[in-house]
Formats: sequence, structure tokens, C-alpha cells
Amino acid sequence: MQSMLSLSLSSPSSIPRSDPTIVADNVFFAGSSSSIVPRSLRLCGLRREVFGLQSSNASRIVAPSKPRRVNKVSASLSSNGSPSKFDYDLVIIGAGVGGHGAALHAVEKGLKTAVIEGDVVGGTCVNRGCVPSKALLAVSGRMRELQNEHHLKAFGLQVAAAGYDRQAVADHANNLASKIRSNLTNSMKALGVDILTGIGTILGPQKVKYGTDNVITAKDIIIATGSVPSVPKGIEVDGKTVITSDHALKLEFVPDWIAIVGSGYIGLEFSDVYTALGSEVTFVEALDQLMPGFDPEIGKLAQRVLINPRKIDFHTGVFASKITPAKDGKPVTIELVDAKTKGLKDTLEVDAALIATGRAPHTKGLGLENINVETQRGFVPVDERMRVIDAKGKLVPHLYCIGDANGKMMLAHAASAQGISVVEQVCGKDHVLNHLSIPAACFTHPEISMVGLTEPQAREKAEKEGFEVSVAKTSFKANTKALAENEGEGLAKLIYRPDNGEILGVHIFGLHAADLIHEASNAIAMGNRIQDIKFAVHAHPTLSEVLDELFKSAKVKVNISSAVGEAVAV
Amino acid sequence: MASLLQSRVPSSSSSLSSSSSGIQWRPSAALSSRPRRRIFTVQAKIREIFMPALSSTMTEGKIVSWIKSEGDVLSKGESVVVVESDKADMDVETFYDGILAAIVVGEGEVAPVGAPIGLLAETEDEIAEAKAKAKSTGSSSQSVPPPAASPPPPPPPPVSAAPLTPAAKVADGPRKIVATPYAKKLAKQHKVDINSLVGTGNFGRITPADIEAAAGIPPKKSAPVASVTLAAETAAPAPKASATTFPEIPGSTVVPFTTMQSAVSKNMVESLSVPTFRVGYPVATDALDALYEKVKPKGVTMTALLAKAAAMALAQHPVVNSTCKDGKSFTYNCSINIAVAVAINGGLITPVLQDADKLDLYLLSKKWKELVEKARAKQLQPNDYNSGTFTLSNLGMFGVDKFDAILPPGQGAIMAVGASKPTVVADADGFFSVKSKMLVNVTADHRIIYGADLAAFLQTFSKIVENPESLTM
Repeated sequence: MQSMLSLSLSSPSSIPRSDPTIVADNVFFAGSSSSIVPRSLRLCGLRREVFGLQSSNASRIVAPSKPRRVNKVSASLSSNGSPSKFDYDLVIIGAGVGGHGAALHAVEKGLKTAVIEGDVVGGTCVNRGCVPSKALLAVSGRMRELQNEHHLKAFGLQVAAAGYDRQAVADHANNLASKIRSNLTNSMKALGVDILTGIGTILGPQKVKYGTDNVITAKDIIIATGSVPSVPKGIEVDGKTVITSDHALKLEFVPDWIAIVGSGYIGLEFSDVYTALGSEVTFVEALDQLMPGFDPEIGKLAQRVLINPRKIDFHTGVFASKITPAKDGKPVTIELVDAKTKGLKDTLEVDAALIATGRAPHTKGLGLENINVETQRGFVPVDERMRVIDAKGKLVPHLYCIGDANGKMMLAHAASAQGISVVEQVCGKDHVLNHLSIPAACFTHPEISMVGLTEPQAREKAEKEGFEVSVAKTSFKANTKALAENEGEGLAKLIYRPDNGEILGVHIFGLHAADLIHEASNAIAMGNRIQDIKFAVHAHPTLSEVLDELFKSAKVKVNISSAVGEAVAV
Repeated sequence: MASLLQSRVPSSSSSLSSSSSGIQWRPSAALSSRPRRRIFTVQAKIREIFMPALSSTMTEGKIVSWIKSEGDVLSKGESVVVVESDKADMDVETFYDGILAAIVVGEGEVAPVGAPIGLLAETEDEIAEAKAKAKSTGSSSQSVPPPAASPPPPPPPPVSAAPLTPAAKVADGPRKIVATPYAKKLAKQHKVDINSLVGTGNFGRITPADIEAAAGIPPKKSAPVASVTLAAETAAPAPKASATTFPEIPGSTVVPFTTMQSAVSKNMVESLSVPTFRVGYPVATDALDALYEKVKPKGVTMTALLAKAAAMALAQHPVVNSTCKDGKSFTYNCSINIAVAVAINGGLITPVLQDADKLDLYLLSKKWKELVEKARAKQLQPNDYNSGTFTLSNLGMFGVDKFDAILPPGQGAIMAVGASKPTVVADADGFFSVKSKMLVNVTADHRIIYGADLAAFLQTFSKIVENPESLTM
């Protein structure tokens, strides 16, 4: 019935590049064509985008593939001769972005797949992380523009007082999360992924329990249980005045003055939101400088733009050793101890404190002891192919761990990429994910993005391996589109090997940096060299020309095959 | 990068003659090439190197690193120090040769714009002297020499000097002072001492509004309404007149004021706060002209004659020689110092004839000659031009018959003298005759000098001029 319905919905226009009759063949006779699901659906982020924007069309695109999967699975089962040994080919514990990405790719590869979710589909990213925070940051970006009288004047605009309704802002974030969550759920359901509700526990090799007493077997298992905000000792989180990102995203109140413990990208993004909504912010950072982890040069520039001119001050080189929530008419108190001497340095009295010191893996209760796996600080040990390593240092067959739970790179899209890599391996194709090609972004205004190594990391590596490192930089001030937007503040930085043109890292701070980084990350993933990509053409005038200029300003010594090959300094 | 790192000779011999001894340092962006420029030598020996203003919003700068160390020989165009401003790190290079004698502000330290950060000696002999100087200034290097233009700010003792200010207002002893991040930023910007404030925010913390109140800034609350504030600005009389823009006429050139012209401009605007009125009086000058012809060969000028006459009249009417300083009282001046307005090199200055009532005409004339020479050579000492108690302005020599003068701040009255012209007069018996008459017009501060006072003064002045023999006595 459902397939009939989907057939009637799958009008010829839904798959524009295929001949409709061939599509019908594929649907009913499980032909070998794999081009039914448009390629663009393969990437997690993009898929959500498609669903969000045109859900009716999207469901039509996805629906026809369901019967195909069923047919194909039965075909493959009969062909490999072990049809009923396992309940599933692949079971994924955790339906976050990582699990979701793996599940979709597994379906595409013809695997019978189930995901186990003990909480809500979407995990941290969708419900308590990247997604709702982007909703708040969208608000903060607009507030900033509307409050920037000087900027508006330069455009010739006059705007009356910008104000906001806290509840409506909070609702926007919440609505976005629900929408993305239902898109995620529907996309898995539409593809025929079984969503099993309950907490998943590994009982033994290839055996998983979910809920109270449902036991299933699977040929391969992926752990994708993610992480939770980590709260250092001595800090009492009450969810009202001392909060984590989980609470902050609900935006239940906007304090006059909030201390943010940790100045990584979570802390930075929240400082952007809170200052735009009128709060004053104090950063508490254990390391000697703000924004550790960013390239130092980018960090310095970011501090000049994102911290210094705003209503923000900071304490560096100190730990928040004790945080007491506000009660009995007293403010939140934060005891700061010197990171080196451990002596009490200062006490802050603020209206609220946000703990953004990082995230801890969520691996308790997974039953890892049943297969003799010991976590390291909570993380599940894995090799470069995400295969789980047991206490004796041996690989556990048929068990993988992706995403925040393995701690390799705690980013939603990294988890998804790891999941896809695992599915490739399960299907018999060796695949090792290059983590240096995974971009990261911080959605402040303006944004920060990066891929690959920072300059100090690159120089360290160069020292060890004995090659030369060069750095090229371009400014947004030279970019027409950025100037048209009156957003000339920004820098793009390329770290590369001048001897062979390999891209080691790219760091961008400026308007839409998060969207610009992909040209560089794709180049790294594909192994493109600077001398090749510098001939790629960019539309004018666009922000992408910042990267165009960046690649062109690099001076590579080899393979200058063309007359235009000589670098043009800008 | 057009901003300048200025160093100046630390002597007190500054005068009107603006910045002839100023030395300019040129910062350059760290990445850009550094064009060299020619320099001119200055006779000064030890120069202070100042924290440059690298951007319009920069209030203080951090020394990232000294490229040169103490004792290094510097040549023009060399980068000496890297300064971090709110915008960027900049190499700062010198236009002058010399020896970096002493570093006053070390690496990583912060100094306000304009504060000395190092000393430059011309020869090795002066290094010791410079070092001694560095020690004495070193301790106070954190305090800001307030830029002359700014209105009287509260005493600026930031950071190091903080404990010195009594925190007596804070009642309960060593109570911790809590200020919000933005409040701290504002306090730094406006040089408000946080320790002297009592917070009004939650839990007694100091808020941005407290700082703004202390600095005398009208509170501009969050989410400013662009269009409304604009309207308010234009609607208000706006004495600062900063917001008004005039349509630009193509091809016009803009010439900034000289120091003297700026001073005039400032005084003229200030004069608007004094309620003035004007009284005119015709004075017959036949006798005065006759006297002038007689004494002219002895070097007596008309200016001296008029100043003497005014001084003698003032001696009889001390209220016209008084000043209103605070709006609450008369300040009677013990001496009668006549300031005389002089147009000079596109400027305007008022050399002062001190004790004009006491000196005789010939001495007064001699004194006047000296003053004019000094003014031309720009060598007037402050006492020579700002000690006047009454001002005389004479445009008679240009044929102006009457005009109206603006009362200079700090004085009670100013007399505007027009040209002496033959006038037909009818006497009481109806006989017509032709007599020379000039119109004098006095502008006075009505808070202290009333109409009758001026009338009486003018009557006396008129009598003295019409019977000028007393002037020569």
C-alpha cells in the first residue's frame, strides 16, 4: 500500500535527471542502479536542508527507495548464504547526527539497519547543541546589526529601537530543534530504518539489549552515544543560575551579568548571544589566553573583534574552583584559583554562570564490561578505522564507535563522517577518514572556521618531518562583496608546503567564514594541491574570492606549468 | 597608517609657538614595506618617546615587544617597538637618529596614549642623564598626562595609584568593589576611579550607568533609537554644534585653525555664556587730536592715548574694571590693565598695558611698542596677553564709524572705538558748528555692570578725552 502510494507520488518530475520508466523499473525490480537517491542527499546537513525547505518534494524523492532497499537486502541475504543468522546487518546505538549519518549510508549500501535511541532522536546536536544555538545566534546577529547605529548609518538606514521578546527567541530555538528532529526521524523512517526506543546495552559480541528486555543480534554494531556537558568538580549546577549549554539553549532568562567558564567555541558562541541580548559577560579561562585551540593569529584577531569592543572582560590562567548558585538574595559566587599556584586569586559575584568547559563522553551503562572494553576518561578506545579496542589492546570484532563517544573529534559532522567510513568498511571497502580534512566552525559574528593544522602545529610537524612551511594571508578588506556588506573585518590564512603545494591548514575569520571553509576542506579531502586549485574560477563578486586570492597568493615552488602559475601577491 | 608616534622635548619652555620641537615617529603596519623619509635635526638632547595613537579609538596601547634594547643605536626609519592597539599590532619606527637610552614601559605593559614609553638620547654622554630621568618618570609612567583639549576630567589615577585615593565613602571597611565588565571598560575610557564610586546596581555593584554619571555623560541606554536620537540632536539647541553639517560647496578648501585661531574660537564660543549689553557714546576729539599732533613726535601713539584715557576713567569707576568669575560675586581688580586687541598674522591677540593708570603717557607708549614687537616675534609671555582687566578695540583707523565688540571671557567690559569724523553739531543756542566726533561703544557684563555704571563711566571718559591735558600729567 505504501509503495503504491509512493509510486503515485513519485511523479516523473520528482527525479528530474532520470527517465521515469527506468525509475519504475528500479523500484519494482530492484535493478542495479544506485542513482535513485540523488547524490546531494548523502550529506547529513544538506539532507536536512532539503527536508526543511521542501518537505513534500523531499518525501517523494526518498520514498521510492524504500521498496528498493527491501528487495535488495533480501537479494543480498540469499546470495551470501547466511540469511537469518542476525536480526540486523547493522545496529547503531544512538540516533544523533553520527548514528543518523551512518544509518542513511547503511541503507544506501543495502544493509538492514536499526538505531537504538534511549532519549530523543537527533542527540545533542539537534536538541541541545548546534541546531538550537544557531537559532539563537541568528537572533543575535540581527540584534547586533540593528544595534550598530554606525554600521546602519553607513548604509543610510535608520531603524527604530531594536528590542526582543525573550520567550519568542527561546521558542524559535525550540521550534527549530523540533523541526529538525522530526525531519531526522522521518528521513530514517522513510528509508526503512527501524528506530528502537530504549537504552541500548551491549550484552556480548554482536548482541544488544534495548529497553527492559528486548534482545537483538546484529552482524555489526556501532556505538554512537555521544556526550554530555562536562561539569568540573566543585561546581554546583542548579539549572537556573548556574547552567550548562543544555539549559542556556532554553534561554529561560537573560541575566544582566553572566560568567562563562571556558572560552572555547561553545563559550564564544554564547558570549555572542548574551552580549547581543544585553548581558555583560566575564570569561573564566584556565589557559593563559582566550580561545585556546584556535590558530593564535586568528584568536588574537577574534579577540579584538569579538571580545575587546564588547561588554566582556576575562580572567585567564584561573580555574573556577567553586561555583555556588544564587540563593537567599545572594549572587552567584565563583572562586577563582590560579591555574599554576592553585592559590585563591579572586571571587566573582555575578548573576549567572554558564559552564562551557567541554563535553564528557556518554558511555556509562553501555555494557562495555561485557566485551572487556575499558574506557579512557570515559572515551571508548578505537583505532583509526573506529574499531573498538579492548582492555588487552586487541580489536573487538564487529564493534565500532563513532562520534563524541570516541573523542577523536567532537563535532557532529565528524561523527557522521566516521559513521559513513564505518559503513564503507562493513560493506567490504577499506576506508580511513582523514580527520585533517574535517572543518570546524564557530558561529560568532563574524564567524570563525578552520580545517587542518594551526600554524604552530604545522611548524611542529614540519620540524619533525623536515619540510618547509609557508603562510599566506588575505584580508576581507580587499574583497568587494565584504566591502559591499560593510564587513571588511576579517582574515583568511593558508598554511602550506611550498615544496609540493600541499594544504596543511586554512583558518578564516570573517563574514560567512563557516560557509567559506569548505572549498579548503574539500581540497584537503581530495588531495588537491594549491598549484591546481588556484586555477579554479570563482564568481565575482563573492566572498569566495577571499579564498581564491588566498590560493593565488601562495608561492609554490614546483609544477608551475602555466604562465599564470606565478603567484600574485595581493 | 598615517598616525604618528610623537616624542617631544621634555622642557617647560613651551609657548604659543606650537609644535616646533615636536618629533614625529611613524608607525607602519607590520607587513608593509617601510619607506624612509628625510629628517631635520633638532637641537634637543633627550627626547621622550610617546605611546602613539594608532587609531582614532585607541586610548591605550600595549608594548608587544621592543625590537631595540637599551643602548642600541637607532637610525631613522628603523622599527623600534611593536605596539598593540585595539585594532592591530604595528611596528613603530623612528624618524630620528639617536640612542635608545631607557625603556620606561616594558614589554607586555600597557601605557595610555601620549604617555612616555622610552627615552631617546642623542649622544652617549646623555644616556646616564636619560636613565636618571627614566627612573623618576618610571614610577609615574602609568598616570596619564591629560590631553590639553579635554574638559577637566576627574583626577586620573588608574591601576597603580588606586590605593592612594581614600575610599572613605564606602562605609563598611574593606568591602569588595564589584564593577561589571562594561563599567570597568567605561571607567578606563573616561578615567573614572572605580574606587571612588558607590555602586547602585544589584548587590551594590558598579554599573555602566554609575560610571556615566560620574563622568558626566548623559546615559545612553541600550538599544539606542537611531532616528529618535537624531531628531533630538537636531532639535536641541546643541551648543556644541557638533552634529550640524552644512552643505558642501564644490571646490572649497578646508584650512584647520592655527593654535591661536583655535584659542580665539574657543574664547568666542565661551563668551556666549555671559549676558552682555552695549552702550554707545559720542565723544568730541578736537582737543585730543590737537594733543596727539603735539606728542606724536615723542613716540606717543593714539592707542596709548586712548588706553591712558580709559585707564583714568576706570580708576574713577572701579566696577567697570571688575570681573564676575562665578556668577555670584564681584571681583574688583587691584590694578587697571588695559588689553588692546591687535590683528596679527591672521590671528588676534590682546597685549596688555599693565597699570595703565599709573604709568605716564610716554612710558606707556614705549611699553606698547615693546609689546607689539614681542607679539610679532611670537614671544609674548602668558602674562603679556592674559592679564587684562578691560579691553580696548580700535577700528577707527580703517574708517569704521561704529562697531560692536564681543566681551572676552574673564573681563567686565570692552570698549569699541570708531573713527573720529567731522560732524555738524548744533549747540544749545542753535548755532551750528563742525566738530570731530568719535563713537565709542562699550560691551559689558550685565551681571556686574549696569547701564547707569556704564553711562557714568562713559561720561568721565568723554570728559577726559575732551580735556586731554590731564593725560600728559
